[in-house]
Formats: sequence, C-alpha cells, structure tokens
Amino acid sequence: MAVHGCSYSALLLIICSVSVFIVTDSQDTTLSGGHHAAAIEDNPQAATEAAGKTSEEPAVEERSWEATEVEEATLHEAAADKQDTPAPETEAPSPVPQPKDDFQEELVIRPLHSGDIYASFQFRTLWETDFMSGNKVSHYRLFPKSLGQVISKFSVRELHISFTQGYWRTMQWGQPFQPAPPGAELWVWFQDSVTDVDGTWKELTNVLSGIFCASLNFIDSTNTVQPSASFKPLGIGNVTDHRFLRYATLPREIVCTENLTPWKKLLPCGSKAGLTVLLKSEKLFHSSFHSQAVHIRPVCQDWQCKTTSWELRQTLNVVFDLHTSGQGKREWSLFKMFSRTLTEACPLASSSKIYIDITDDPQGELFELSPATPLLSQAMVLGDRRTFSVYDLTQPVTFGTVRSLNPLIRWKSSEGDMLRPLLHAERYVAGYGLQTGEIHTLMYNNHPYRSFPVLLLDTVPWYLRLYIHTLTVTSKGKDNKPSYIHYQPSKDRLRPHLLEMLVQLPPNSVTEVTVQFERALLKWTEYTPDPNHGFYVGSSVISSLVPSIVAMDTNITMDRPLFSSFFPCKEESSFFVRVYTEPLLVNLPTPDFSMPYNVICLTCTVVAVGYGSLYNLLTRSFQIEEPSPGLAKRLANIIRRMRGVPPL
Amino acid sequence: MAAPLTLLLIVAVTIRAALYRSSLADLISERVEVVSPLTAWKRVVEGLALLDLGVSPYSGDVFHETPLIIYLFHFLVDYAEITFMLADVITAVALYLTVKEYNKQVFRKQKYALEADRYPLDCLELIRSPKEMFYIPLKVAMFYLLNPFTILSCVAKSTCGLNNAVLSLFILSTVKGNVLLSAIFLSLATYQSIYPLTLCASALLYLMQRQYIPVNFRRASFWWFIVQYAFILSVPDLTPNIGLFWYFFAEMFEHFRLFFLCVFQINVFFYTIPLSIKLKEHPVFLIFMQLAVISIFKSYPTVGDIALYMAFLPVWSHLHRCE
Repeated sequence: MAVHGCSYSALLLIICSVSVFIVTDSQDTTLSGGHHAAAIEDNPQAATEAAGKTSEEPAVEERSWEATEVEEATLHEAAADKQDTPAPETEAPSPVPQPKDDFQEELVIRPLHSGDIYASFQFRTLWETDFMSGNKVSHYRLFPKSLGQVISKFSVRELHISFTQGYWRTMQWGQPFQPAPPGAELWVWFQDSVTDVDGTWKELTNVLSGIFCASLNFIDSTNTVQPSASFKPLGIGNVTDHRFLRYATLPREIVCTENLTPWKKLLPCGSKAGLTVLLKSEKLFHSSFHSQAVHIRPVCQDWQCKTTSWELRQTLNVVFDLHTSGQGKREWSLFKMFSRTLTEACPLASSSKIYIDITDDPQGELFELSPATPLLSQAMVLGDRRTFSVYDLTQPVTFGTVRSLNPLIRWKSSEGDMLRPLLHAERYVAGYGLQTGEIHTLMYNNHPYRSFPVLLLDTVPWYLRLYIHTLTVTSKGKDNKPSYIHYQPSKDRLRPHLLEMLVQLPPNSVTEVTVQFERALLKWTEYTPDPNHGFYVGSSVISSLVPSIVAMDTNITMDRPLFSSFFPCKEESSFFVRVYTEPLLVNLPTPDFSMPYNVICLTCTVVAVGYGSLYNLLTRSFQIEEPSPGLAKRLANIIRRMRGVPPL
Repeated sequence: MAAPLTLLLIVAVTIRAALYRSSLADLISERVEVVSPLTAWKRVVEGLALLDLGVSPYSGDVFHETPLIIYLFHFLVDYAEITFMLADVITAVALYLTVKEYNKQVFRKQKYALEADRYPLDCLELIRSPKEMFYIPLKVAMFYLLNPFTILSCVAKSTCGLNNAVLSLFILSTVKGNVLLSAIFLSLATYQSIYPLTLCASALLYLMQRQYIPVNFRRASFWWFIVQYAFILSVPDLTPNIGLFWYFFAEMFEHFRLFFLCVFQINVFFYTIPLSIKLKEHPVFLIFMQLAVISIFKSYPTVGDIALYMAFLPVWSHLHRCE
C-alpha cells in the first residue's frame, strides 16, 4: 500500500512540475514573440539572431530581450545616418524617448604629418540619475558600480584622472583631443556639502589607487594644490569656490598593463566586444605616447538644462611611431596598429563608429583608404573644420563579406603641410651646481596677428625654494607684466609652491617666464632609493581660449561626435586649449649616505670637546704641591724623624 | 683718540664700499658660510616682495626674520648698503666706548687691590699699566672693523651685522650701568634670535655688582618667557653652514630626532649657570664667554657671529703676553 502511495505522489509531483514549465514557457514565448515581430519588420538578420536565441534557455532569452530594445534605437539612428550623410549634426533631435542610460563608443584615427598615426578611443556612458540624493543608487547597468559608489560616497561633482606614458609633442603632432601630462594627474571638484575636503581627498585618492592599481596613495599634502583659476568645472555648475577643488600630479608614475586592465573592466562590454577588443597591451605600450583617462561630470540633457545626467567618459589616446611600430613603411591598418581587427560593435552601445581624418587629403591623392565607405562627416574640432570618413560598426554591411573590418591607409606621396598649432610651450632648468637654479618656461604664440591671454599654473615641490622676487616675464625682449598673479609660498614638508599667472601673449612671439630657486638638503630618509636619478617637478599647465579660424559649435545638445564635444564651447570665435609642458628632473644635493655613524661621531666629538674643556675650566681647582724629594732625601728624612730632628 | 678712530672708520667704510661695487658682492652673498636662512639678504628681499604681492611673508618657509626688520627695510631697502655699513660703524664705536669704560673700571679696581696689597708678588707682571691699556680700545675697534669675517658679512648684507650692533649696544649700556637701555637692547637682541637670552644672567651679575649688591643665587628667582621661536629651535632647514646641526640632523634617524634636538639646544643654554657661578667676579669676561658659546653652538651660525667675539680678544691681551 505504501509503495502505491509513493508512486501516486511522485506521479502527481511530475505532473505539477511539467505544468509549471509549460506555463512559464508559453509566457516567455509570448513576450519575446511580440518584440521579435517588431524587429523582423526592420531587420531580417537581427530577427534570425533573436530567433536563434529563443531556442536556448530562459536565462539567455532575458538578455536577448534587452538587446533588442537597444537595437531599435540604433536602427532609427542608422536609418537617419543613411538618409543624410554629409552633415549628420544638422538634423533635428530624435523624437525617440532617450533611454535612461546610454553608451557610445568611437575611435578617431588621424594620420600625422611625420608619418606617425594617432588613435583616440572614447567611450561615453550617460546616465540620468542622482547620486547625491538620499536614496542610494543600487541598480547599475552600463555605469560601473565602483565609480558610482565613489561619486556618492565622496560627494564628487567632477573627477578627472589620467595616466600617461610619454610626452605629447605638439609641434610634430598638433593638438591632442584630450591633453594629459606625463605620469598621473588627478583633479576633483567636490560638492559644496563636503565639510572636510582634505580628509575626503585623502580617502578618495586611496580608493582610486585601489580601483586603478596605481600608486596614487603618494598623493598627499606635499603635492596637492588648490588652483584658483586654471581648472574650472568642465560640466555644469556655477559654484567656483576653489576651496572644493583639488589638483595633484605624480610625474613619476608609470603606466602599464596593470593600469589598463582595471580601466577596461569599467567599460560595459569589458574587453570582449566592440572597439575594446583592439586594446591589447602588447601593442598599446609599444608606442610613443599612451594616455588613458577617466572623466566624470554632470551634463545637461537638453538645451534648457531641465534635467541633468552623469557622464562618464573613458578616453585612450595612443600615437604609434612610424619606425618602431610601422617598420618604416607609411602604411597603417588596424591590424598593424593593434594586431586585431573588428568583428562586431558592442551590443550595448547605441553608437559605435570609426572616424578617419581625411582633411589633409580631400581629393584622395595623398593617401588611399580601404575599404571605401560612403559615410562622410564634418566636425569643428580644435578650431578647424575637419572631414572624416566614417565606419559605422552597428551596420553589418560595414564588415563586408569577410565579417571583419580592417581599415587600411596607404600613402602615395609624402607631401603636405601640417597646420601649425597656435599655442605650445616648453620648459627647462638652467643654471649650474647643486645650490641654485632657474626654471625657464617658454610659451609660443604662433598666431600671425591675434594676441590672447593664457593662464600659467606652476606647482613646484617645497624642496626647490622659489624666490618670487626674481620672477621675470619677457616677450620679444620687453618686460610683460602679468595682469593677475596668485602665489602661495610653500611650507617645508607640508605643501608645494603654487604660482598662477595670467599673461597676455603678443602675436607671433615667444614669452619667457623665469624664476630662480634654491635646492634644499633633505633628511636622509626623505630621499628615494635612487637619489641621483633626480626629483621630478610636475608639468606646468597652460590653459587658454585660443582664437579659432572657423566658427565653433556652441550648441551642447546636438548629436555630435564625442571628440568634438569634450571641452564645452561657450563662444564661437575661440576654443579651449590646455597645453602641458615637460616635467623637469632636478638633482638635489645629497649627503653621504654611507656614513651616518661617522657624521654623528664627528659632531658629538666636537660637542664633547667643547663640553669637556669648559667643564675642566669650571671645575678644576689648583693646589700648590711641594715637589716630592728624591729617594735619598726621603730616606734621610725618615731617619731624621726617628731621631727627632727637623727634616731637610 | 678720536682722530685714529675716525681714520679707522674711514678706512673700513672705504674697503666695504669698494667691495660693494665689485663683482664679488654677488658671489659673497651666496656663500653659506657667510649667510644663513635666518640672516640672508635674499630672503629679506623675498619677504618684501611677498608683502608687495599681498601674501604674508610668514605663510611660506622662506622668510624667517622678525617683523621689525620688515618695517625697517620697507623704508630703507634702497639704502641697504649704507645701513649695513652704518651698523658696522655703530658696533665698532660701541665696542670702543665699552672697552674704554671697562678699562677705567678695571684700572680703578686694580689700584684699590694694589693699595690693599692683595696681589701676590709673582703675578705683578700681569698687572695692567695705563700705557698698555691706552691703545686697547682702538685695537678692539680695529679687530672688529678690519676682520675679514666682518667685511664679508657686511658685503653680503647679512642681518647678522644688525644683530651684532644691537648686542654691542647692549654691552655698552651694561658696562655704563644704564639698566633701562641694557634691558631694551637685550630684549631686541633676544627678539631677533633667541640665544642672547643667556646674556641676561651676565648682565644682571654686572649691574648688581656695580651697585655693590652681593650676588646670592639661592635667594633670587628668575622667571623667563619661553618664546617659541620654532624655526630657530626646531631646525627644519638643513642647508650646509659652519655649524654642527645640519649634517647631524640630515643623517639622524627620525625616531631620535627630537631627543638630539633637545640635547643640542640645551647645550647652548646650560653653560650659563656654571659659567656665571665661576666667573661672577668678571662679568664682562662672562659676557665674552657667553658670546663665544652662542656663536659656536647655535643652530645657524655664520662668520659674522665669530667676528663679534673675536673683537674682544685684545681686552685680555695682557693674559697672553709672550716673551
């Protein structure tokens, strides 16, 4: 009887579970079926992909449902692109409701006049959310959770961090899209609700040090400054109380694979799909210049700025050298640069494009670009109107029959002129010996007839004691008095020198800023293990609004390529430029590290000799002592005493 | 004696003026033996420039002079060379008058002691005669003015010269018996660098003896301000100089730094009491010993400090007569 009862209940159990499965199955198919119907109308290929996915487990179906939503928006954009190719930014804002978060990726390739090639990756995530309100944000999708938590925990308004290896040569390569100084640079605007900015800054640097696997914990009060004018917020915000701004730079910081890996992990697609498959460290670090950065700022969603969203931009700039990476041949392709080709766009991206700069070659006689692409785009960037050939990775036709994209640029002739950059700067140390020196900063204004003001920011460590009364600014041999000087002298072992000046650069001239300094002798524990390598002085920052040749686009909400919308443009006649000088390497006088014991003994001996002499002089008392008589006389005295006669 | 002194002053001023005009002036003002972070002229100019920029000179770590110096040089910065030459002249004249007065008192005491027959016979050769003592004040002034250390210090425009002037005025007013002026000048000297505080004991000894008050250490109690002259006491600047502190503290482990800092600073101050006890009969010699101890053991010595106590050597030239 029991056996029968068991088998009966087992049968009932099986029937129940099967019915549950059938019910859920039918529900899923109805849901995905509806969306598939919409997709099938527009794109048969996507439908086959989605249909293929529905036959798998329910977990995968969830993912494909999400992917289809994003593809809809992409398809609208792709359709719009196909319609008007020459100037896509002239179209009206799309009527499709903006998704709550959005991810775009792009790669700009610019052949340089010297035969090198400049590749700039930008990945932007926009998210309409409020980190600062009381309710904690917990559901992260495209925005990385580590950075979101950093923003809310430390009340960050803007965060800009960059890791750079190499120095950007402005005269040979032009202006970069995102400038960065060699080493690590971090500047942060905090919200005005923060009460202890220095403590928050210290914690923030340590947390970022962990996130990016970099030694940012060396940032402390001896290399942090509060610039008063050079680093205005790049996002929205009208608070300019520079008590909430902190800027620090570590010129000695080295960038390597350990910094690239966590940086790639912050991207929604990781390093699996889209443009990030190109970011392989063995090729990226074999370059003349490599800079990776993270920029977080709040931006306006529309031109009335009714809603704000948080923008996270991850940028990576790399310059490949003609001779070391290109083997001397002026022929560049994605495979030659990155040893990879592209097979698909990131499925989470709403836009994924490659821009190749062909401004220098409008008729196609300088170089040849293959595979050919019908998409062209023009953008106002860095004061110039540039033309780009565009490859849209969200279109499967881009990948052609081989299902992979490898744009190839082959030079036919090596003529052509480069547009001379209007502003560039150099810096060096003059003088001799280990006692004093002079810092010379040269700023070049290459505009033929316009003069413009620049803000020069200098952060000098405390062990180079600047003498501000020796500061001279000369242009074309004449004295050029700065209209604004903000100087904060250093405190030994506490804070560095901060010098900010507003200098007007006359047209077509060189302006030289010199200041003398004195080198300090440090305590022997303050020297690095390699003290004769020298000590680094961080790059000077020169910020300026440079007059532009063409009218810049000031509309912030137009659909523009990412590279042209990095710096906000407030007026049409000028564009913002930031130039970094070289870092300096300065030798400091060193004590003899091998003889601390000898030095201490020597000094203590001097003190002891002084003390001993004075002690003797003060406590010695003289007594008169009769000279002791000879042996014979002493014997005679003894005999005389025995006899009772007075001694001799 | 006025004529030789005037001649000496003219010669000294001429030498200094000649050196100011030569190219050696810049070289000398950078030497670490002659200037220290406390006394360098470059730092005074830097402090004035910071004041012009609207930044407090004490917000950084470059300027370590007293506010009095800023006020003084705010008006006198164009006449700096004349100021330092005048300081040297004042010091020399003050030393001249001091030694003259001191010799008078010594001679008077000697005369009484001779009459009271207190000297043993074999030290009669140490007794000073007016003929020998006639030229000593001039010798002292000459020792100070023509000392290469003093000349170097003046040409470098080191504020040590001003400090020496105040110290010599203090010694002059002490020897003349003017309590008020002595206190004023001593406080000015201590205000500039904390070490002249030790001269207070010797000045007290002298003034009390002059008024025939017997000195009894057990009765009196002295209260002093401990003014925090953090830079002088904590020695953060390790620029090489002719002193003992810099190399020692450059190579010292952090753990022991405070201990040895205390040891070295106490070393300067604690000779006061034993020296005062031993030399209570000779307060001017005590002042000289104190000056020597300060010059050797202070945290940022320069050659200008040495020059001041070396100027006193002719006063006791009778003690090192060599035949």
